Amino acid sequence: MKASLKRILLKGGPFIGLILVIAFFSIAVPLVTHHGNFFTYHNFKIIFTQTVIVAVGALGMTMIIVSGGIDLSVGSTIALTSVIGARLLQHDWPAGVAVLAMVAGGALIGLLNGTLIAGLRMVPFIVTLGTLGIVRGTAKWLAENQTVNYPTPLQKAANADWHTPVDDWMTTADPDGMALPVGVWVVLALALLVALLLCRTVFGRHVFAIGSNEQTARLCGLPTVRLKILIYGLAGCLFGLAGLFQLSRLSLGDPTAAVGLELDIIAAVIVGGASLNGGVGTVLGSMIGALLMAVLRTGTQAMEWPNYFQEIIIGLVIIVAVYFDRLRQGREN
Amino acid sequence: MTNPLTTAASLRLAGIRKSFGATHALRGVSFGIAPGEVHALIGENGAGKSTLMKILSGAHRADAGSMELAGRPYLPENPHDARLKGVAMIYQELNLALHLSAQENILLGDESARAGWINRAASRERARAALAQLGHEALDLGRPAGAFSIAEQQVIEIARALLKQPKILIMDEPTSSLTQADTEKLFATIGRLRAQGVGVIYISHFLEECRRIADRYTVLKDGETVGSGEMKGATLDHLVTLMTGREVKDLYPRAAHATGAVVLEVRAAVSPPRLRCATLQVRAGEIFGLGGLIGAGRTDLLRAIFSLDELAAGEVCVVGAPAGRSTPRARWTEGVGFLSENRKEEGLMLSQSIADNLTLTKQDRFGRFGFISGGRQRATAQRWVDELRVKCRDAAQPIGELSGGNQQKVAFARLLEHPAKIFLLDEPTRGIDVGSKAQIYQLIGDLAASGKAVVVVSSYLPELLGLCDTIGVMCRGELAAVRPRAEWTEAGVMRVATGGE
Repeated sequence: MKASLKRILLKGGPFIGLILVIAFFSIAVPLVTHHGNFFTYHNFKIIFTQTVIVAVGALGMTMIIVSGGIDLSVGSTIALTSVIGARLLQHDWPAGVAVLAMVAGGALIGLLNGTLIAGLRMVPFIVTLGTLGIVRGTAKWLAENQTVNYPTPLQKAANADWHTPVDDWMTTADPDGMALPVGVWVVLALALLVALLLCRTVFGRHVFAIGSNEQTARLCGLPTVRLKILIYGLAGCLFGLAGLFQLSRLSLGDPTAAVGLELDIIAAVIVGGASLNGGVGTVLGSMIGALLMAVLRTGTQAMEWPNYFQEIIIGLVIIVAVYFDRLRQGREN
Repeated sequence: MTNPLTTAASLRLAGIRKSFGATHALRGVSFGIAPGEVHALIGENGAGKSTLMKILSGAHRADAGSMELAGRPYLPENPHDARLKGVAMIYQELNLALHLSAQENILLGDESARAGWINRAASRERARAALAQLGHEALDLGRPAGAFSIAEQQVIEIARALLKQPKILIMDEPTSSLTQADTEKLFATIGRLRAQGVGVIYISHFLEECRRIADRYTVLKDGETVGSGEMKGATLDHLVTLMTGREVKDLYPRAAHATGAVVLEVRAAVSPPRLRCATLQVRAGEIFGLGGLIGAGRTDLLRAIFSLDELAAGEVCVVGAPAGRSTPRARWTEGVGFLSENRKEEGLMLSQSIADNLTLTKQDRFGRFGFISGGRQRATAQRWVDELRVKCRDAAQPIGELSGGNQQKVAFARLLEHPAKIFLLDEPTRGIDVGSKAQIYQLIGDLAASGKAVVVVSSYLPELLGLCDTIGVMCRGELAAVRPRAEWTEAGVMRVATGGE
């Protein structure tokens, strides 16, 4: 009985954490502030929308972390791809082309990371620390060190009703409506896809195999180099999509956006139960982790706590999550 | 200070019991050692030696039984406390801070210091004295520990243990990574300790060594003391019979098997740094043994055959496959399977399930269009689990939770399931219990009988001689001699392995 309770606590840790945090804010917010109820559909619509970028990033990061890697260049990739998208929209390319270009841009950066890591056998942490700088610099270069705005005065002059569907995908402009923005649905669909990919396909099994023990994977004849490049490339596609939602949220391409977002994304995956040693992690956990981060942010704002307080709390949550991971591993040994 | 020779330092254990959950690791062990005695503790893996040593060194606490050191009750709180009380342990894997100097390592945790400042002269003096006690006063104290050979590192570690003037020194498999010459030096060191009245508990699988160095022996089997006495009167056969509870010849069942055509050929293979030259032929239905000392290049030869390491010269031909550069992936396709000697680091994914570990080489077989049917995969794994009597909850259990023997059965089943035609087995019975061992010998025999080719690397001579049809012995990176088993003896293998022939 006691053992099974412990098992539930460890297995369902992220989910229980999420419930506790929501319960806390639902009680505390109306008590302490004049904001009224925290536990409302409207609030959750905002929270879901705010989760989108981190969640899409966390999907890619889950693959990478399960395979025993890490990618610090996500934030920069999001900024660069959003600049690429904005530039294309500025030049009157259709939204579809912009989306494809952003996904392709993310994929290219991922393939570069993967090739450096797997092909040249370098440590992922260092390689992606390098590309973090390179990609951020490239984004600023492409944006000429300022935000990339659209429609340009020229576009406005040609067509007063200039509009791109990209701007609609993350909108919460209609706060009383029931509909969730497109971005949230896209995340749900992608989460299902990535979960299937990881759990039900040979590729997914191989991702776990590489992360659990790369030497065994090689010994068993898995094409480890190719697999790793593919993993970073696929994750890059998702990071490009995260860039799309970044662009959609701001309605402009900002080369300085998403600084430090890689840490939120990695934290979401770790809080969700993945192990930085590789071989362990779930999509569901990562999504709960991403949601937990967003609830914490919204909740602390609703409590009117200062920003720095929010950072401290999120830091604490990460440490607690890693401690849980440690307990879990202790059980296995 | 008392003269160590007159200190009554005998250690006595009676009725020691220890359980981990449902597993009874020790079921009543009694054991005694006098001052200045070298006592060999013998037993198969899983017999309870390591548990007993952990209790002695304070890492575990016994559930029942009594321990006495020099006539007083001995109940160590932890390894540090055990050392203070006079029981020190030298582990098989040395515990040195490789970047620190020899002197710093010897004094680690016991620095000569005042108010945090190290007294360098006194430090050197004490380190030097400890080394002198071992007859190694010439060792360069300022060199980083990592720059010394394994044998010298061991001396540094023993010197560290001597600082606390131990009454009992436990050595766990001290010669497993030593050369013959270094083993001799270690024996000289042990001789000095004996002369100084230190009781040495010597744990080793090398029975010949135990017979040479030890005064008395105790044999453990399944957590119990099954025999103990003077080493002088004990024969090798007697010790083996005590350890295994069976005659040596029963352990290696020989299924009749005939050899066929050559299926694997290695010609003058070179793979730096360890493998310098090897030429051999293996036939279908043949069990080919590779003997030699650790580090002689046996593992490197297997890895080169399996294309895990690249060849610098020479060639490996798997009959029916294209010659030239290959990969482990291609080898599996050609029907070559490899069982790593290093289960934990290379052979298995410890956090993954038995089913995933067992089917990793060919997972696409368990589904369509890249998707996997977990049910079919688990059913296949379950079949092997039943057939090989792997002790586990079910095929979905993470393999890290199984015992070494059961892990090895799963690792072996991976080759059987693939299925391989040529089996490259690196130390297939290392670190597993006798029951699993017998089962693996049986499997190997059956494989040969069904026309598969098997290459076995083994450091254990009776295994090599009991199991194989042909034996090749490696020495310093070269495959020095290949002969039918009938032409080999244990002494003969050792002579070639140590470069004496």
